Amino acid sequence: MFDLDRWREILQTINKNKLRTLLAGFTVTLGILIFTILFGMGNGLKNTFYESFQDDAQNTIFIFPGRTSKPFKGFKENRRIEFENEDLEFLKEKFSGRLEHITARIRKGVTAKYKNEYGNYSVRAVHPSHQYLEQTQVIKGRFINANDLKTDARVAVIGRLVEKDLFGGEDAVGEYFSMNKIVYRIVGVFKDEGSGDREERNIYTPVSTTQLIYKNTNKIDQINLMYDINIGANGARRLTKEIETELKNRFNIAPSDQNGVYLRNNIEELADTLQFAGMLQIIVIWIGIGTLFAGVIGISNIMVYIVKERTKELGIRKALGAKPSSVIGMILQETVVITLLFGYIGLIIGNFILNSMGNKLEDWFITNPSVSQGTIIGATIILVISGLIAGYIPARRAAKVKPIVALRDE
Amino acid sequence: MIQIKELHKSYRMGSNSLHVLKGINLDIKEGEFVSIMGSSGSGKSTLLNIIGMLDEADKGSYVLDNVPIKNLSEKKAAIYRNKFLGFIFQSFNLINYKDAAENVALPLYYQGISRKIRKEKALYYLEKVGLADWAHHLPSELSGGQKQRVAIARALASEPKVLLADEPTGALDTKTSYEVMNFLQGINDEGKTILVVTHEEDIANMTKRIVMLKDGVIEKDSFVEQVRASEHV
Repeated sequence: MFDLDRWREILQTINKNKLRTLLAGFTVTLGILIFTILFGMGNGLKNTFYESFQDDAQNTIFIFPGRTSKPFKGFKENRRIEFENEDLEFLKEKFSGRLEHITARIRKGVTAKYKNEYGNYSVRAVHPSHQYLEQTQVIKGRFINANDLKTDARVAVIGRLVEKDLFGGEDAVGEYFSMNKIVYRIVGVFKDEGSGDREERNIYTPVSTTQLIYKNTNKIDQINLMYDINIGANGARRLTKEIETELKNRFNIAPSDQNGVYLRNNIEELADTLQFAGMLQIIVIWIGIGTLFAGVIGISNIMVYIVKERTKELGIRKALGAKPSSVIGMILQETVVITLLFGYIGLIIGNFILNSMGNKLEDWFITNPSVSQGTIIGATIILVISGLIAGYIPARRAAKVKPIVALRDE
Repeated sequence: MIQIKELHKSYRMGSNSLHVLKGINLDIKEGEFVSIMGSSGSGKSTLLNIIGMLDEADKGSYVLDNVPIKNLSEKKAAIYRNKFLGFIFQSFNLINYKDAAENVALPLYYQGISRKIRKEKALYYLEKVGLADWAHHLPSELSGGQKQRVAIARALASEPKVLLADEPTGALDTKTSYEVMNFLQGINDEGKTILVVTHEEDIANMTKRIVMLKDGVIEKDSFVEQVRASEHV
């Protein structure tokens, strides 16, 4: 492969037979071009799919405390379970490998007032990562951040409809308003598409602030967490079970007690989503394999023709002492060089077309069609391998050419 | 140099087989200049192909330079061809996209000789056949005689034990044919063993020994008084 003389031979052959090389190369370019575009389109289709599921994250588990229904370890039944900050920290540490986000949630009903406008809303006191679980889209200002929690800041992020109700058309960010007669500064406004009006009538505050204001406790109503989607539906089922066991153990709840803690997850919906996404992936991959395969057959055909055309030359080379391995090597290497070179041209053109398409095809459910870096590297490797496959059959045929047959005068 | 004993070869043509060589015995010593003659179908080209390891005999033995040639793998055959034999063909068989020097250097490439030495040797042998000025011309820019001289230079470049020429003058006019024979005689004078297949009597008479083939057997094998080609040029 790294024989300089071999390279010279091949470059000379390619150079002196430009038309033949172009014909073979054109097939490859076309094949890769179609591959890139179809693959990119498939990715675009997938992007559209994922975008439409962007509303609420589906890889979540919600945990609520309840009342025990069985006596256990000396505790009576009908005992009320309450979560505190330490319980959240415990879960965070215990399952750190599989968790992406974890947040507390405390719910309070409040009367909010700004100047002469007022209304009743529900407040959610949360950690910053709540934003990822609910897929809250901040349209102005910012969400609750870590610093707010540290300083117990009296800040609030209000829903789009809260802003509309209380502030009319005005910009609420930076303004002060009161909730149950306590003054907060508004740091952001959010929207939440797809969840309806109710979601946009919520107000977020830092969990620590709410705990301080209301009786200065450590208690939290609910723990929400988001796990790594890569653990899959079965992994999520197992994780739910493990969390339940850990919590029951921690709160001395009988393992068979159904009512001590409640865990809610979306695994069945998630499994459907994953399955559909997987199906799209498979379709995209098959499109890719199909076009590449067609390309390989195309170049293989042309190589067969080229070898036939070169029968006499190969016969001469063999009569002069070319070993079969040398003939196979030469044809293979030539094929790989042509495949790589012209394949790359196809890749570049295809990428260029995809880029210039951008989001023009959104009406046809194709969003941002593109091919990733990894796919490009993969396609390059596939190109080399397919070049080898495409070249091997004709090369072996070439090596079998009998010099006397090749040299027979017509 | 070449010992052939009881050589048989037949070709299957559909259901019936064609017995081409029916027991050939031939002994050629180093430095000989032999022509194999016969009408078409006499088996002379088949014999040359077997000697050239381009084809294999069915029966009999063939020893070349004390090496028995039998059951060769393709690779072995390629190595032996490259080491022992130089080929000259009726239709020259030059590679059309390589210039004269590159054509001459090709067997050296398959010997694994470095590029620099290949170039030097190619020029040396082109000089020998009087074509040094044509080194960088493509075959399409050369006349028939010149092409055959390039082919001779190529056959010599690998410094083979035996030169095999299959109708080397078959595609050439008389004058050019004699020029080519003149070269071959010069090379033979330097001690190279040469085997020529021809059906032209004047060409055969320019060798030193004529082997007449008829219907697959040697009809006559005689040493002749060599006619020097230079007298006719």
